[in-house]
Amino acid sequence: MAEILITGGKSAADLDADVARPVERFPTRIWWVCFLAALAAFGLGALLATDMFQRGLGVLGLNITNGWGVFIVNFVFWVGIGHAGTLISAILYLFRQRWRTGINRTAEAMTIFAVMTALLFPVIHTGRPWYAIFWLIPYPNERSLWVNFRSPLIWDVFAVGTYFTISLVFWFTGLIPDLASLRDRAKHPVRKAVYTVLSLGWRGSSRNWLHYETAYLILAGLSTPLVLSVHSVVSFDFAVSSVPGWHTTIFPPYFVAGAIFSGFAMVVTLLVITREVFGLKDYITLDHLEKMNKILLATGMMVGYAYACEFFIAWYSGNPIERFALTNRAFGPYAWAYWIMVACNVAVPQIFWFKRARRNLALMFLVSLLVNIGMWFERFVIVVTSLHRDFLPSSWRYYVPTFYDWGITLGSFGWFFIWFLLFVRFLPVIAMSEVKAVIAEENGEGHVAVA
Amino acid sequence: MEKAMSRSHKEGGVLGLFDDPVRLLEAVRKLRSRGLTEFEVFSPYAVEGIEKAQGLKRSLIPFVTLVFASLGCTLGFYFQYWTSVIDWPLNVGGKPYNSWPAFVPVMFELTVLAGGLATFGALLLFARLPNTSRSALDPSITRDRFAILVSGMNPEDASNLLTTIGAREVRAIVPRGWF
Repeated sequence: MAEILITGGKSAADLDADVARPVERFPTRIWWVCFLAALAAFGLGALLATDMFQRGLGVLGLNITNGWGVFIVNFVFWVGIGHAGTLISAILYLFRQRWRTGINRTAEAMTIFAVMTALLFPVIHTGRPWYAIFWLIPYPNERSLWVNFRSPLIWDVFAVGTYFTISLVFWFTGLIPDLASLRDRAKHPVRKAVYTVLSLGWRGSSRNWLHYETAYLILAGLSTPLVLSVHSVVSFDFAVSSVPGWHTTIFPPYFVAGAIFSGFAMVVTLLVITREVFGLKDYITLDHLEKMNKILLATGMMVGYAYACEFFIAWYSGNPIERFALTNRAFGPYAWAYWIMVACNVAVPQIFWFKRARRNLALMFLVSLLVNIGMWFERFVIVVTSLHRDFLPSSWRYYVPTFYDWGITLGSFGWFFIWFLLFVRFLPVIAMSEVKAVIAEENGEGHVAVA
Repeated sequence: MEKAMSRSHKEGGVLGLFDDPVRLLEAVRKLRSRGLTEFEVFSPYAVEGIEKAQGLKRSLIPFVTLVFASLGCTLGFYFQYWTSVIDWPLNVGGKPYNSWPAFVPVMFELTVLAGGLATFGALLLFARLPNTSRSALDPSITRDRFAILVSGMNPEDASNLLTTIGAREVRAIVPRGWF
């Protein structure tokens, strides 16, 4: 416990004041600019989606060979983003990594909003979202036929639905004591009333803390297999089919590593901005960011290994169709996308071998953006290059996303950032009660407790 | 009504405020060594060792989780079995009606879902939440101070007791609610 997690000699009262500041004053101009931009992006996406519902999916770039396109890419991308939050909140909690306390709240919020964004896509991709609910949940249709539980698409509904629900419960459980702190600070009657309801009347009695800590530990334990299972199930959507380039046993671990990789990149992107804008540099320190950059480097190499492994198996299996699919992926018409992916995901993170690079804010911000671009292209490569040249050469097509595809994608970023900006405006962005325990420990008050 | 009355009555008492967790723990041990049991401890975060000092029993939440997680798993399998084998058996790709390996992902997800929701429900039940009619005993408790509420005792004796065991500040809490 020699490492210093909180800098600047902050006390618990300073922490409350610093974290509550953005919540207790009128939003700054920069918040409004970001919020209006997010709202505009979401508005464009919603407008295009509405038009798409009226005219049909033909307005998208999809064609008869490419039945899946940018929407499925976005779905996998956003579900993947969420994984870092759960990894930080659950797995690092179980491993007693105390540095997580500075960043877990933001990362969990990101998880929830990312999954909410991801869920939009399979639903609008059906083209008739008002029916989709009956196709997705196990509800017998008019001929009392049930959904097919052998289908990975149904597993996906359960996996992502459970993931969202449990992440939300876990996040809210963590928020309860902090909402009570905000309630007890509040001067304005409306704010007081809102946080009174949200904090459920928490008063911090030791009996309650005992149940709370137990429940938190169990929720962390339950969320841990979810980190591994959700993207595994998403990868089954591809791996269980018999399409060359998709039908691969490496997909579940490959997807999970990629999800953690992209999620950490998104956490770095968001935290670099949040700590700057809200003056939280003493709680979200360079040490936190450096640790995350190390994870980026490690998971980036796992992803690189998976890319290499796919090629090895394509060659080693001796299956000509598999070999064609992979050669086509790297050297075919979509070679540009493949090499963007390799450059961003495998080459760029190698800079983090250097300590100076891991602690350089501008550089890590740039790298995290590039990783996110690279990971979006990874899903694009998986979905599109595997489909666009199928078994019948006469049906080979080149898939080009249209304005609708891009506009709705932009809208999804708007939707995500609307929620994220509301979160930083109304809720504590740092797990205050957990950080207070860390502060007490750093002041030497924690150790006596064990005796 | 009967229960609400007795509980709000119990909430009255004398509140002693402490500045750090070490003093709080010592004070709790002293109270217990004097054979006092009717007191509540409040803190801004979970203080390590407080449950031992106070003599609290382990939380029963893990058992609730176990029961509901097992139910989620079994009912998850049963529901898939019932729809695929009993209610409408359908031959999908020549697979057996009861193709149980394909049912595992949904069983797993329902195990986690039921377990997680039950954990949260049990937390609310055991911690008697939500209860927004209760107000904080002192706003500084959720910030950085620690408190012991002694009830069922003559207020003056309680004040003296709390001061001797190290409380920085002592206040009487008047019970609110139904009389």
